[in-house]
Amino acid sequence: MMLEARFHVRRGSFRLEAGLSVPAHGVTAIFGESGSGKTTLLRAIAGLEANPGGYLRIGETVWQDEGFFVPVYRRALGYVFQESSLFAHLSVRGNLEFGRKRAQRAGGKDGAVGFSETVELLGIESLLPRAVGQLSGGERQRVSIARALLRNPRLLLMDEPLTGLDLRTRHEVLPFIERLHTELSIPVLYVSHAPDEVARLADYLVLLDKGQIVATGPIDAMLTRLDLPLAHGDQAEALIEAVVASHDDEFGLTLLDFPAGRFTVPKKNLRIGASVRLRILARDVSLTLERQANTSILNIFPATVEEIGSEGESQNLVRLNANGIPILSQITRKSTVALGLVPGKRVFAQAKSIALLA
Amino acid sequence: MLTHVEWLALSLTAKLALTTTLILLVFGTPLAWWLSRTRSRLRPILEAVVALPLILPPTVLGFYLLIALGPTGPIGGLMTRLGGAPLAFTFAGLVIGSVIYSLPFVIQPLQSAFSAIGERPMEVAATLGAAPFDRFLHVALPLARNGYLTAAVLGFAHTVGEFGVVLMIGGSIPGETQVLSIAIYDNVEMLNYGRAHWLAGGLLVLSFCMLMVVFIVNRRFIVGRAG
Repeated sequence: MMLEARFHVRRGSFRLEAGLSVPAHGVTAIFGESGSGKTTLLRAIAGLEANPGGYLRIGETVWQDEGFFVPVYRRALGYVFQESSLFAHLSVRGNLEFGRKRAQRAGGKDGAVGFSETVELLGIESLLPRAVGQLSGGERQRVSIARALLRNPRLLLMDEPLTGLDLRTRHEVLPFIERLHTELSIPVLYVSHAPDEVARLADYLVLLDKGQIVATGPIDAMLTRLDLPLAHGDQAEALIEAVVASHDDEFGLTLLDFPAGRFTVPKKNLRIGASVRLRILARDVSLTLERQANTSILNIFPATVEEIGSEGESQNLVRLNANGIPILSQITRKSTVALGLVPGKRVFAQAKSIALLA
Repeated sequence: MLTHVEWLALSLTAKLALTTTLILLVFGTPLAWWLSRTRSRLRPILEAVVALPLILPPTVLGFYLLIALGPTGPIGGLMTRLGGAPLAFTFAGLVIGSVIYSLPFVIQPLQSAFSAIGERPMEVAATLGAAPFDRFLHVALPLARNGYLTAAVLGFAHTVGEFGVVLMIGGSIPGETQVLSIAIYDNVEMLNYGRAHWLAGGLLVLSFCMLMVVFIVNRRFIVGRAG
């Protein structure tokens, strides 16, 4: 199932010209600088932004077409605004019931997730009788997310829900958003300008710049495309989905399988068979022509050089293909020459540090 | 304590103020909502018209109303032709005059309360499945409740305190158009200072108490909001 959209929005000197086709499942991040039109795009999808001539279809349901426009309140969508926007005249429970009652009246039954499950999922049981003014920033945002879910949406739109929060509160709320991803099947469009949030949450990425869509694709491919800004700078990284294979109690390690081999990381309390997302920074990956035998580095796997890009005067960024998985390595241009690296060359990648995201 | 005529004046004043306030709240709501939301170029013109009674001498307003409501005026004449009586020197005429005279005291608090809500809560309500009238009823109205209290108290108090307009279009007919402020004036004219003290003092205390309520509630609202 796909979500297809085409919008032309003009606001003063700003123009959004967006044609979009993304999977209607999992988390799709809409990523770009501030002022790139992310929020405008999300608002247009919600129907909050007037845009004559636009088109929007989710699965088989058309929400907007030439001369046809389903008003916001008849679209089964949840919207989480950047600031929490809870109704000040209602309690937490009153806020949650607002959308739920109306969804039940329209659809006649409770949504995919019931009231108590949703409340539990976001950890807000104890907040129900409270007044909105008594909540902390993180609590407000969790209630907002629960309120949007109880509206029984077919699509959840989130506009930088963590941006107004301080670092500690962001870490408090982020796991709840991750749980939406693992426990619910509602497709999410997630607007963000924070690369670390995108790396943790997104399956699919839409890159926006100055009101234009630059590129769209699966997150792992997008992060490692050398023609895109994401694959440059200090934080250039690759994301890898791996499965917990076993634990090594003697040395306190956890072993993770991925298509090109096995990673060894410090022991994490994870169920065997659980899926995890790993992040490997380009600057932590070094290359050798032969498999090193006498080395302290445990994570070594074979790969093929696919593309070499420049990173300033002295550095090269190399995109590797490890049995279909894209990985980035940042090495000096001198090393590139010394190893004779060219596209197609077989190498061994050594990762000195691997971070578990979830 | 109060004489029969004074009781009549008191109850007439209360009836006039209540009727005026109710009419203004009901018909002022759509006007205030429109003023708070529109981008029309007509808005400043309408806002100026609404604010006019604030600065016009009541005698000016009363003079035009007298002409309009009298037997030869456009409204009074129409009433006569329809088989009714002209509206000047009647209670109905007083209500029309008071509604116009107190208009800004009701419209302005409502308009600023609606403006203060902003677009966001209305958008949130829309994404939660609320149709336009549903949004107005269940989001805008409750969020503007303090604006309604201010508007009601100010509209009521200002109508109670009206004098010039009543003098021009109502005169001083006990039980029909003799309101408290007119009764005080009549007492002073007849050098009944004792009776005038009773009525004037009572009105002073009443007005002060009503304004106190507005300020206490508004303050609590502001403090509650910051939380």
